[in-house]
Amino acid sequence: MTTLTASPSPRVRLARFRDLTLVPVILILLVVGAVLDPTFLTSGNLTNVLQQQAAISLLVLAEAMILIAGKFDLSLESTVGMAPAIAVMLVIPASAGGFGLGLPGGLVIPLCLLVGAAIGAFNGFLIIKFQLSAFIVTLAMLIIVHGLQLGPTQGKTLFELPDSILYLGSAVWLGLPASIWIAGVLFAAGIAGLAYFRIGRSLYAIGGNIDAARAAGIRVDRVLWGVFILGGTLAALAGVLETGRLGAIGSNQGVGWIFMVFAAAVIGGVSMDGGKGTILGALTGVLVIGLVQNILTLKGVSGFWQPVVYGAIILVALIISRIAGGKAQD
Amino acid sequence: MKYHVEARNVVKRFGPTVALNGASIAIAEGETHALVGRNGAGKSTLVSILTGLQPADEGEVLFAGEPAPALADRDAWRRRVACVYQKSTIIPALTVAENLFLNRQTEGGVIRWRALRARARELLDTYEVDVDVQALAGDLSVEQRQLVEIARALSFGARFIILDEPTARLDGPAIERLFTRMRSLREQGVTMMYISHHLDEVYEICQSVTVFRDARHIVTRPVAGFPHGELVDAMTGEATAAYQSRARTPGERVVLAGEGLSLAGRYREVDLTVRSGEVVGLAGSASSGKVGLAETLVGLRRPDAGTVTVNGVRVRPGDVPSALRAGLGFVPEDRHHEGFVPLLSVAENATIPIAGKLGRFGTVSPSRQRARAVQLIDDLDIKTEGPGQPVGDLSGGNAQKVVFARALVDDPSALVVINPTAGVDVKAKQALLGAVEDAVERGAGAVLVSDDLDDLRVCDRVLVMFHGRVVKDVPRGWTDHELVAVMEGIEQ
Repeated sequence: MTTLTASPSPRVRLARFRDLTLVPVILILLVVGAVLDPTFLTSGNLTNVLQQQAAISLLVLAEAMILIAGKFDLSLESTVGMAPAIAVMLVIPASAGGFGLGLPGGLVIPLCLLVGAAIGAFNGFLIIKFQLSAFIVTLAMLIIVHGLQLGPTQGKTLFELPDSILYLGSAVWLGLPASIWIAGVLFAAGIAGLAYFRIGRSLYAIGGNIDAARAAGIRVDRVLWGVFILGGTLAALAGVLETGRLGAIGSNQGVGWIFMVFAAAVIGGVSMDGGKGTILGALTGVLVIGLVQNILTLKGVSGFWQPVVYGAIILVALIISRIAGGKAQD
Repeated sequence: MKYHVEARNVVKRFGPTVALNGASIAIAEGETHALVGRNGAGKSTLVSILTGLQPADEGEVLFAGEPAPALADRDAWRRRVACVYQKSTIIPALTVAENLFLNRQTEGGVIRWRALRARARELLDTYEVDVDVQALAGDLSVEQRQLVEIARALSFGARFIILDEPTARLDGPAIERLFTRMRSLREQGVTMMYISHHLDEVYEICQSVTVFRDARHIVTRPVAGFPHGELVDAMTGEATAAYQSRARTPGERVVLAGEGLSLAGRYREVDLTVRSGEVVGLAGSASSGKVGLAETLVGLRRPDAGTVTVNGVRVRPGDVPSALRAGLGFVPEDRHHEGFVPLLSVAENATIPIAGKLGRFGTVSPSRQRARAVQLIDDLDIKTEGPGQPVGDLSGGNAQKVVFARALVDDPSALVVINPTAGVDVKAKQALLGAVEDAVERGAGAVLVSDDLDDLRVCDRVLVMFHGRVVKDVPRGWTDHELVAVMEGIEQ
């Protein structure tokens, strides 16, 4: 008869390292890169890789948390351009393309984060309170939010930016760009928060079985709403970093990022069905994509052909996880 | 007399439906109290009110004579009442340890995983549950998961525990182990409310029983001296005779045969023949391979060796359409999973196998589909608003009847039904068994797989499986004891 002893531990031990499955891939990429191009392994190039990925990595952090909680947010990419654009227009004079309200320039970052939080809150309202489908709501919001950038700016690029919004994306702290420090600290907070704090664990509970989470006394609606607001805020911060790095806000800032964000999260082991994956895994996903991007660019592969490679990476990662995990995917 | 738990004149409405209409229940301290009733009698609603998941519209709930705590105070509720719900409240992707301490991993601040695992191990040891706390909950068996849920429920310090159909998905020995556990909890003074469709379990484990019918309280009596027939009458509201299986003589023609069937890890070298006008039972524990064998007969599984013949036609192994074409109808084990498409109508679900015959050139004629469905609804006495109602809206028993309709729609000459009466009430159960016998009287041959010994009484003979082999062919007239002994491998 069935014994009551659970399956012996080897599987469990393996499962603990599941979020590190991409580490060998990263090592291989480092070796391949070094062989292909001598400049690849220089600290300058690697710093460059990290800095380029800093902004998008914040989106991956946000999306990973939302996916783990069993929801979805496509609108993050539009917030990356729209939040800083609107914040900047609130403070710069009308002559530079702003609203001419004359608000102090130091307010631009708080305003930007506030706009991001408001978008997240509105998403949360529709999805949680109004119980609409997260996919469709955020798809609509992706379009609307981008339109809210195009409308006021008339599709023009904003060049005359206050110094405060440029600082974070361009400053260097202790020899590394500030954006790397910021992304690093936030990821560390995310990893710890989701592994060692009740609020973080509640995301897994909600994504794994929402009724069980409710029965366990987790305030499901409040937590989910909080995750959407946090996601919007992180997207706005990503916008600040990207603005500082480029020195201007183009009308297509952030456009198309969401595919890379999902790719990074999914190859990093975050499940689209919710309840599975870690922030560390998502981080390794970002690094893989960043390194591949860098190697392709160094080797002079045309930017027009790069999407084929990224798409292929996602498929290969899915196939590997299907073989390793053994379970059919939905 | 002082009651440990009491609900008085509880009224609960959901829109126009009255789920509970002035229902009451009183459970004495230390007893195991059964709550029985047909589907829709209001049992589940009472559970959610007694556990504080929903407020009652009227009436009150008392714990040890004190009014129940406020609905928002989940912790206070959990100190008074624990519940193992019908639907699992385990989170599969998390470890057992974390599931046990969900949302209370720490008093605040950082979670110390090592300490959490130690606490989990201690908790499981207290209740003698032998499960690795580091295993993922999704990897546990149904029984283990349930034990983890019971341990978790009790860990809040409640002395009252509700078990909502805990045996529905357990096999015989696991049910016995659960009962042993329940008895020892009772000895420790734990009060229990036990919900089940299996009345024999009520007689075995409970001291008193409350019957609900049509959202009302009907009767509460000690189990001892409550005749089985009267209990069924109280549930159905009419005098119902116990199911009488009919006598018949099997024909000569073999309608379904398996020869030399083997599937690694499931069953080995099984031969079986079913004649027209014969019901053959398949019995055995969960690990006996009986479900795997039945699923092979219908083509859901592909055997490693052996052949399946339906109506004299050798069907392609592991191919459901070819078995259906040869004249087979089947009722799968899990109706929610394989039985019906919840959003589609009764008519559409019931006629899926004959869709090709309802019109020409791949079209489906709605009027013919409807006509066939109306006839089936009538034959099987399906309680529905009409053939257009989505099956997902029906009660468990009626949804199962739709699955039967699908199996019977093409007048199959061979019928395979797996656990047909799981989670359905007394009357629906009789109707379903009657449907099997009707089909057999029309000349079909049937294989009936069931964990419920009562179901197997309709069989002309029962093949008992043990560890993947058919060990005995038992003719009609067996006693429970005889059959169970063979199923457990105690005697042959």
